[in-house]
Amino acid sequence: MPALRQAMPEQPASERIKNFHEVALGYSEETAKVEASRCLQCKTAPCRNGCPVEVDIPAFIKLVREGKFAEAALKIKEKNSLPAVCGRVCPQEVQCESLCVLGKKGSPVAIGRLERFCADYEREQTKTAPAPVKRTGDKVAIVGSGPAGLTAAGDLALAGYQVTVFEALHKPAGVLVYGIPEFRLPKSIVAAEVEYIKNLGVELLTNVVVGKTITVDELFEQGYKAVFVGSGAGSPQFLRIPGENLNGVYSANEFLTRTNLMKAYDFPNQQTPIGLGKRVAVVGGGNVAMDSARTALRLGAEKVSLVYRRSEKEMPARHEEVEHAKEEGIDFNMLTNPVKVIGNAEGWVTGLECVKMELGAPDASGRRSPVEIPGSNFVLPVETVVIAIGNTPNPLIPQTTPGLEISRKGTINVDDEGKTAREGVYAGGDIVTGAATVISAMGAGKRAAKAIHEYLSNR
Amino acid sequence: MYKVLEKKVLSPGVNQMVIEAPMVARKAQPGEFIILRVTEDGERIPLTIQDFDREKGTISIIFQEVGVTTRDLGQLEPGEFLVDFVGPLGRPTHIEKMGTVVCVGGGIGVAPIYPIARALKEAGNEVISIVGSRTKDLLILEEEMKAASSTLIITTDDGTYGRKGFVTQVLQELIEKGQPIAEVIAIGPVVMMRAVAETTRPHGIKTVVSLNPIMVDGTGMCGGCRVSVGDATKFACVDGPEFDGHQVDFAGLMSRQKMYKTQEKQAEEHTHCKGGTCTCQH
Repeated sequence: MPALRQAMPEQPASERIKNFHEVALGYSEETAKVEASRCLQCKTAPCRNGCPVEVDIPAFIKLVREGKFAEAALKIKEKNSLPAVCGRVCPQEVQCESLCVLGKKGSPVAIGRLERFCADYEREQTKTAPAPVKRTGDKVAIVGSGPAGLTAAGDLALAGYQVTVFEALHKPAGVLVYGIPEFRLPKSIVAAEVEYIKNLGVELLTNVVVGKTITVDELFEQGYKAVFVGSGAGSPQFLRIPGENLNGVYSANEFLTRTNLMKAYDFPNQQTPIGLGKRVAVVGGGNVAMDSARTALRLGAEKVSLVYRRSEKEMPARHEEVEHAKEEGIDFNMLTNPVKVIGNAEGWVTGLECVKMELGAPDASGRRSPVEIPGSNFVLPVETVVIAIGNTPNPLIPQTTPGLEISRKGTINVDDEGKTAREGVYAGGDIVTGAATVISAMGAGKRAAKAIHEYLSNR
Repeated sequence: MYKVLEKKVLSPGVNQMVIEAPMVARKAQPGEFIILRVTEDGERIPLTIQDFDREKGTISIIFQEVGVTTRDLGQLEPGEFLVDFVGPLGRPTHIEKMGTVVCVGGGIGVAPIYPIARALKEAGNEVISIVGSRTKDLLILEEEMKAASSTLIITTDDGTYGRKGFVTQVLQELIEKGQPIAEVIAIGPVVMMRAVAETTRPHGIKTVVSLNPIMVDGTGMCGGCRVSVGDATKFACVDGPEFDGHQVDFAGLMSRQKMYKTQEKQAEEHTHCKGGTCTCQH
């Protein structure tokens, strides 16, 4: 048994910054088997406790070891309807892999890479149509087709409900299509996962903004017996500094949506434009900031500077994404806080004025809070600024749905199972937690689906 | 897919289209807008709702062919389809009985002012409408506006129809005559809305303007449509599109509308050179 985990083949940094193709290339069958052979098949399987959707990890890895790849994929799909997505974007290092016994000796089993391998194998090599389920159950409405909504929809369809998903944009999958870039999560893979959910009998309606086109009250009037709200954390936060409305300042949402959903990288063949200078500053330290910085490079920026007010240790981005960003030549400006966007007379960005920070006492989050160093201001000469400091919940549904309990942050309050204060309405994902991960949204979708099933069974 | 049911050329480059969109029509209210895409590789653009018919399930829009998307849209004939049509979006106009209300519409801004004027009149207001265009041929919805208003005054910049001059001159006279005005609603080019706001500001008359900045999703997700209103940054798509005209940073708005000037030109050349006999190297 090899002591170290099998490396992930990748596009070299010098190549990949010139294209939008996926960075990680995936395991071969041989590599997957070797990696699977490292699993100790612990009886207690601590890894499972780290998975928000409770995938039977040892069981699927055993099947990989035996070369039964398609069966392994189906084993994962018993619990996780989007394995090709999760295998790519889950933070396994803080979930399943963090609990792997081998991790104590330094090198946990590469569970995420194996999950991805199985899902890709199944999609490419086999055409397993999901077993037809008789759908005679009640009508259930799902608001939002992101990870939470798709998961809830899949589980409820499998349980026999007539499920309709309402999506505000023209394409389904939410943040998986508008937010996460192609080089991290190819859109063809997302489309295949959506197709799988549709094959389960789920009806998917795009161009419906719940809260505007139709309200939750009206969904009940139309005969839906339960509603799951997975509308995400859609509203971008800005820095509230002078110059933020100058031409050339983007929210990460807009920057990524133009590039990913609207394919502005292929302008003018695709009609949506994006404005990009030679020098770009990206403000923030999370995965969205990494995605924005690496997207800017691929769009042709000559220099991309990451500006983050804490130190690298506090960055919420996944370690792998930070490493990839560094390999690609992103210029890291840590302990640096923007104070003003500088523009010219015509209203275009010419620079980002920043101040240097130092770490002070720990704050409520346990992270040492950054404090300004007086007089350390300097100007980063850039033409484009992308602000990736997080999102707040979209207020459309809270505003138009009576009977919900809304927190001060604008999120919907729910119990452990995703039940809101209003009977028959459940919620999960970023609309409940504020901006979080794909897999935690999927976990919430899963718990809510179970709770909806119980609710409708006991009526 | 959303079917084009009717199409009418109102003036050169200005079309009226009736689109089959029952879910949008069921909820549409004056002041709201829709976002559409014409083709699979198209851009999402916002257009204000000109009229709606809940029973027929239709939405009427009026648009000027100014760029690639509106030109593609103008190419569609009845029976053909748009790929996407979503709405209604934005907050509806606040309609109540206030007394005398002045509705100012400039250019194709007359389209969205029409359902607002009609609703205000139905609510029992005295509606004085001032409608302006550059020249007679560009004037739209005259009959409709006449029906929707208590009084209709038309201006053209060149004097080819109605009064010669700008809508603001008529508004200024109304104010000077001592006419008590509860509210002014102005929709049209940004320069016109700014001029209207400046006309009413000294008299403290409440002035509502409807903004149409660049948008992507139209649901509050991208922040591309942000505009300074007073001390705050607002998103036109979910906080608007209507705002207090005395608080809007019109200069900032105009600057942001130029964000993609270079790309717009590039797109024009690209589409222009895709077909036909053009032999340029684009």
